Amino acid sequence: MASVVVRDYIIPANDFTIAGEASSNVRKILSQLGVAPNIVKRTSIAMYEAEINAVIHGNGGRAHVEIDENKIVITISDQGPGIEDLELAMQEGYSTAPDSIREMGFGAGMGLSNMKKNSDILDIKTAVNEGTTVMITVFFK
Amino acid sequence: MKISEIAQLVKAEICTKNYDPEIEIFSACSADLMSDVMAFSKSNALLLTGLINPQVIRTAEMMDIKAVIFVRGKKPLESMIEMAEEKGIVLLATDYPLFVASGKLYKNGIGGHGE
Repeated sequence: MASVVVRDYIIPANDFTIAGEASSNVRKILSQLGVAPNIVKRTSIAMYEAEINAVIHGNGGRAHVEIDENKIVITISDQGPGIEDLELAMQEGYSTAPDSIREMGFGAGMGLSNMKKNSDILDIKTAVNEGTTVMITVFFK
Repeated sequence: MKISEIAQLVKAEICTKNYDPEIEIFSACSADLMSDVMAFSKSNALLLTGLINPQVIRTAEMMDIKAVIFVRGKKPLESMIEMAEEKGIVLLATDYPLFVASGKLYKNGIGGHGE
């Protein structure tokens, strides 16, 4: 029976100085486990975009990560405003981020498409005024 | 191209200590929006940006970007330098604007399409 690595992180709201800590930590774990560098990179990008989204749009949230010998599954959930039109939000360049976020270098409208491109399975559950849960799966082979 | 050659070409100051002088840079990406950087997927890359905040270093880390050049005379914050040193990312600062710095590197063989 292979071991499973499980980690939980709190993603603080509106704190840009530590946003990305969870993704950085997961990145280190994957590298230590000897996962191929291109897979580590894809996972890092997908998780970092989701983490940043939770900071920007979701008033912070939580990340739950499970790694087994074949894959990593990352679940990032927030209790923010939810996504009104998911199909529209998936379009490259579409963003609802305010100018203050754009000044920080985010809000280009590439987050969701970057997540999709870098994960093998991307599952988004969202409800207006209830929150959003993003589940990212990346297979190692 | 080695970091020292890049620094010379864009008259940049190297802000981080103890970097690996043997790192070879093959491609570069110029952007102020970090999600645009994350849509770029080349290896051994360099980032040119006018954005100053810790997320630039985080983005570089996630993207395996080896070096970042801050343009238009902007200098990285001390906290960014510390974070970059910890992650082995080289930080440089030049007075050239983004277009000129990018053009000088492009003209000298750094492409936008990897090796």
